[in-house]
Parts: sequence; structure tokens; C-alpha cells
Amino acid sequence: MTPLTVSIVAAIASVVLILVVLELIRSRRLRERYALLWLLTGIVLLALSVWRSGLNTIAGWVGIETYPPAVLFAVGALFVLLVLLHYSTVISKLHDQNTVLAQRLALLEQQLRERA
Amino acid sequence: MAEVATETRPPGAAAIALKRIAIVPAFNEQESVTHVIEEIRAFDPDFEVVVVDDGSTDGTAAAAARLGAHVVRLPFNLGIGGAVQTGFRYAFEHGFELAVRVDGDGQHDPAQLGLLLGPVVAGEADIVVGSRFASDGGYRSSRSRRVGISILAKTVSLLVRRRVTDPTSGFQALNRRAIALFAADYPHDYPEVEAALMVHKHELRMTEVPVHMRERSAGQSSIGALASVYYMVKVLLALFVGLFRKNVTPLEEAR
Repeated sequence: MTPLTVSIVAAIASVVLILVVLELIRSRRLRERYALLWLLTGIVLLALSVWRSGLNTIAGWVGIETYPPAVLFAVGALFVLLVLLHYSTVISKLHDQNTVLAQRLALLEQQLRERA
Repeated sequence: MAEVATETRPPGAAAIALKRIAIVPAFNEQESVTHVIEEIRAFDPDFEVVVVDDGSTDGTAAAAARLGAHVVRLPFNLGIGGAVQTGFRYAFEHGFELAVRVDGDGQHDPAQLGLLLGPVVAGEADIVVGSRFASDGGYRSSRSRRVGISILAKTVSLLVRRRVTDPTSGFQALNRRAIALFAADYPHDYPEVEAALMVHKHELRMTEVPVHMRERSAGQSSIGALASVYYMVKVLLALFVGLFRKNVTPLEEAR
């Protein structure tokens, strides 16, 4: 069984994560598009922290018999990986768009210079 | 190219003296964008037309330029919100006092622009939205889409404390105040939903008028089934967070 302290600390941490993400969206420092995965992470971790018997059941499914909270780590790590992978795709797209922008700007400048 | 002679005066012509522009966002709509521009001119030849080509890979920009529309080509696809905001920026910077938004896919019928313009020209509203659901217009669309729009409509109505029937409609007319606001800040996906909340928070006056919309004449809708669910969650999140957001400052008029 998961120690109660672990559940409480994990729940508080999840709530803090969710609140921080919401505040970042509110203050326009984070776009909703990039916040959804973080919010999902917070909600899943919160659910697993609060739903203690569920955490035990899931631990049983994946063969963790000695220490159920390990599932929290595993799930947390999995979501962090997902977020990172998502960001890699976002960075790739930004990189491509940045190239296009630089090219357009250079071509425009060249046109302007020739006209002057 | 010779002007087509018409016996009847275009319905919107000379009805208003304001400097006016039609903003036409288009993404790969080379077939329909031509009709849209022609129909806008048939309604009122004094409408200037700016086509915002949102990174099309077909002949959209060329087709629009051939008809003498102003064409702004975005270097890559920004999505509908970014494209439309480009149009508002253009309208703002060029001193337009009245703007209408007519989508390049042909679903908005320019012949109905008079309905939208009425309340703005009369000074009764800052923004007028053409609603498919304000009357029993019998707008046909998939069940899931209708359910989605209805959820958004109820949420928006609750937040702005006024009945909004078609919060995703992009068929709109705006005065300079509304143009200045949206030129400064405009949302991204399903932008009209969040824009309705912005309008409310900035205390602009918004009204809906019933319109009919057509089936898309060409191209395909930019939004698939799974994406709709994602956008739904995203938009609802944006709405609720938006309630607690600080207002942006509309663009200042140059002295």
C-alpha cells in the first residue's frame, strides 16, 4: 500500500503544477496549444495520487509488488518524455519557418536595395 | 477587361460613405476565391478587397491578383486566426473604417453583406456576426459539428451573459474600434469563439443577424474529426482562462 504521506505530497505537487500552468496561460506566457499536455500530466498524476487503491491495482498490473508509488514516477517520466518529444517536433517546425522568414527578408531587402 | 454592364444598381453601392474593405482569408482556394471577389464587387464595387493567402500551394494568390485584389501572401500557413489578423492589421494600417470578413472558400454569400452592415453603419454595433442558427435557416452540417457548436454557443452565452447562437461564424462586419482591437490581438484556432469573449471584456457591442451559409464550393474543411475534439478542449480552456486575463491594448491611432 502507498504511504499516505507520499499520496499527499504527490497530490499537492500535481495541484501546484496545474496552477502554475494555468497562471502561465493567463499571463500569456504559455499558449493553450502547448499547455494541454502539461495539464494532462498534472491531472493524471493528481488522479493517481488521490485514487490510492487504483494506484495499487495498476502497480499490480505492471508487476510492481513492493512499492506502488513507483508507478507515479513511471507515469511522470512517461509524460515528461511525451512533452519533450512534442517540443522536438515544435522546434523542428519553428526551425523550418525561421529559415523561410530569413530567406523572405533577405530577398525583400535585396529588392529594396536595387530599387533605391 | 470590360466591366459587366448591369441594369440594376449593385445592392450595397453608395449606401455608405465609409472607407470599406473586405478581408478574404484563403488557403488553397484558387477556384472559389475568384467567385468570392466577384460577388463582393457585385454587392458593392467600392469595397476594396484584401485576400490573405495563408501559405497556399496552388494559384490562389495569382487568381486574386488577376482580379485586382490586394494580395498579402503569408510565407507559411499561420492558420485561420493568424491569417484573419493579418487582414485586420492591413485594414487598420490603411485607415479603413469598416471591414467585413468573407471566407475564401465561398461559404459566406456576399449578397447578404447588407444584413451584416446595417447595424454597424447605423452605429448600433461595433461588430455584427452572421449566424446560421439565429433563425430556422436549416443549416445542414454533420451532427457532431452541430453538437460542438452548440456546446460552444452555450458556454460563450454564459460567459458574456447574452445569447450567442453561432460563436464560430467568421462572417462578420466590424467598425474601426473592433478592427483596432483585433489588429492588436486575435486568437488562433476557432478564433471567433475567443474573440466573442474579448469583445465582451472590452465592452464592444456585438450583435448577431441571421444569415444563410452555403456549402463549401471547393477545397476541403481545414478541420478533421479528431482535431475537432482537440480544438474543443483547447477553446474551452482558452475561454475559461481568458475570463481572468488582463485586457490587451487596442492599436493606437497614429496622430
